[in-house]
Amino acid sequence: MRETDLQIDADGQLLHFLTTEGLHKDLMLSILDTAESFITIGKREIKKVPLLRGKTVVNLFFETSTRTRTTFEIAAKRLSADVINLNPQYSSTSKGETLLDTVRNLEAMHTDLFVVRHGNSGAAFMIAKHAPPHVRIINAGDGRHAHPTQAMLDMFTIRAHKGGFEKLRVAIVGDIMHSRVARSQIHALTTLGTAEVRVIAPRTLLPAGIERLGVHAFTDMRGGLEDVDVVILLRLQRERMSGALIPSEQEYFNLYGLTEDKLAYADKDVIVMHPGPMNRGLDIDSAVADGAHSVILPQVTYGIAIRMAVMALLMGGQAPQSRPTRRTRRPATTGRRRG
Amino acid sequence: MGLLIQGGHVIDPINGIDGRKNIYIDNKGFVVGIGRAPKGFKKTRTLDVRGQIVCPGLVDIRARLREPGLEYKATIESETQAAVAGGITSLCCPPDTNPPIDTPAMAQMIQQRAWRFGMAFIYPVGALTRGLKGDLLSDMAALDESGCVAFSNALQPITDTRVMRRAMEYAASFDLTVLLHSEDPWLHGDGCMHEGEVSTRLGLPGIPEAAEIVGVARDLALVEHTGVRAHFCQLSSARAVAMIAEAQKRKLPVTADVTAHHLHLTDQDVGSFNTQCHVLPPLRSLSDRNALRRALKSGVISAVCSDHQPHEPDAKLAPFSRAEPGISGLETLLPLTLKLVEDGMITLADAVALVTSRPAAILGVDAGHLGVGATADVCVFDPDAEWILSADDMISRGRNSPFLGWHLRGRVTHTLVGGKIVFSRSPSD
Repeated sequence: MRETDLQIDADGQLLHFLTTEGLHKDLMLSILDTAESFITIGKREIKKVPLLRGKTVVNLFFETSTRTRTTFEIAAKRLSADVINLNPQYSSTSKGETLLDTVRNLEAMHTDLFVVRHGNSGAAFMIAKHAPPHVRIINAGDGRHAHPTQAMLDMFTIRAHKGGFEKLRVAIVGDIMHSRVARSQIHALTTLGTAEVRVIAPRTLLPAGIERLGVHAFTDMRGGLEDVDVVILLRLQRERMSGALIPSEQEYFNLYGLTEDKLAYADKDVIVMHPGPMNRGLDIDSAVADGAHSVILPQVTYGIAIRMAVMALLMGGQAPQSRPTRRTRRPATTGRRRG
Repeated sequence: MGLLIQGGHVIDPINGIDGRKNIYIDNKGFVVGIGRAPKGFKKTRTLDVRGQIVCPGLVDIRARLREPGLEYKATIESETQAAVAGGITSLCCPPDTNPPIDTPAMAQMIQQRAWRFGMAFIYPVGALTRGLKGDLLSDMAALDESGCVAFSNALQPITDTRVMRRAMEYAASFDLTVLLHSEDPWLHGDGCMHEGEVSTRLGLPGIPEAAEIVGVARDLALVEHTGVRAHFCQLSSARAVAMIAEAQKRKLPVTADVTAHHLHLTDQDVGSFNTQCHVLPPLRSLSDRNALRRALKSGVISAVCSDHQPHEPDAKLAPFSRAEPGISGLETLLPLTLKLVEDGMITLADAVALVTSRPAAILGVDAGHLGVGATADVCVFDPDAEWILSADDMISRGRNSPFLGWHLRGRVTHTLVGGKIVFSRSPSD
């Protein structure tokens, strides 16, 4: 069964959120629109809506993460869900319990939604495949495969600043090879009709056949950044040096670190994004990170809204109306909305 | 006392038999006549196999039985039973058992266990280096004495090229065959599938084709240098096939095999993390698959094997890279090979030869033929029987197969080992 088939039900509604690959454009737009309506909630005095009241959300993070886990936790709490944070690392697996056993134990406690991060590609897909029908899974990052909520928040940021996607040239810079974020962004951007998607990295950090995902690959910043409207930087993990993938931090920064000089190749209204955490002086120069083109901080705020939107759509709740004064409707307490 | 196998279409490539003939088997378990009954033959039992194919029992160059060491996955008893259900009467057990087959005692123990159950016959493959560690040579002559038919380091790489050279030279001294799983371990790295578009999409670490090419190139250079008789196991790429073809043209003593699943699946079949398609070497591209098929036709590859690796269900219920590699393949070796006949790649007689006489010739063992005087290891199959592979019907303890649910054609109805019917399935099953 393909992932696309697994995360969508017969009526075309989201069952799980595992990947942006193969997701219909309308669904992506409805995630963005729903998130839009949640933005206002964060600005209110009382930041809660009762959409997920009585539901239990488990943040199951096998890999450590601060920001992503926190935004999921805040998102779930603003939707009035009960939230449990678990960080099993590999402790239970090392005692002989398999990944599925860990999940089944938690399912037996009548939890409703799992937010899963795992170091192995395909982990969230496997959990979704074996989940009972009432349980929903959100992939919060699996290996190098996908990080769909991060990609959707990046899409939200782009739309907020640029209005749409059809006329945009977008360049993703850095360690494409090991990046689940890049893969999810590429699928989202191409689905949303982006005019051109580019990836920029040395060949050692570009995975085989990346062009088949619908992108143009560049190994130099000058060519790759020319006239782009959006630059997305990826974090370079320092351990990449030991895998003989890049020679040194200095050489990487000289060639691919985003400085004001290099940014000058791009369109004058370019925006600069970074999914974080940033390595100042390695993948981005502080002058750019804190400069006029940077939209890095607003991204974090949008992250909560996007995660609220995805949770609400999965759990069948209605998005609140955009007028902040109006009381939200009572959520459906059982089942999901159909068609 | 004697058994008559009556009315079947006999295919025995070694003896050039391809037609409807009776086979006469004496009470000691030997073939005593083909076509006509020998003088004084007293029939006590008749097996009527009209409409079916009668061929030598299959010879499988590589099947892991998991015993000793991994009995929770399978045992010699369970897997030799599965073998005969698949028409396989002789199989080679790679040395990567636990402990490995690097002592005569281990080699003998495995054979004795198999004799006790009286199903498929096991030819152990001895370890090329002690403990498969790649540094010290194993006692090859003693292992040869104890029944090992060839020597291999299984999937453990011998990274020290000098050790590999010495191992080949030593084996050549005693006219022993080495089985090679040629691959560069560094290029393999942490890879778990073919490096290409699919691995990129799934974010899975890839194993580049170059891993196999570099390994085959190194080992071919050493084969040429040492003159050892070498058999390259489970080729996966078109380029490796071309290199073997070129070596054969230069009269180097090299042969090669392919596993049945590499002839039918590609990296696309991994789909969305289908762990049943996690195999080593990995499933590669469609053009690689097609080159492997053509190599069967041209004779560059002279055997198809199951590379049987039974697993408990949990071994595959894990994220792809953590799932254990391998397919439970004994029961699909014959139908998957026959499928190539259906696809118009090879003739039926070729298909039979690829799983009987040719693998037997690679190993230099007396099996895979039905001439007068041969041990009556016989496989009878219904070439038209259509069936669907289901986990419930599998006899192997491992039900890990990407072919579950496939419509297969050609099914074993009777298997004889040493003249005894050790397996039969009624057509309605």
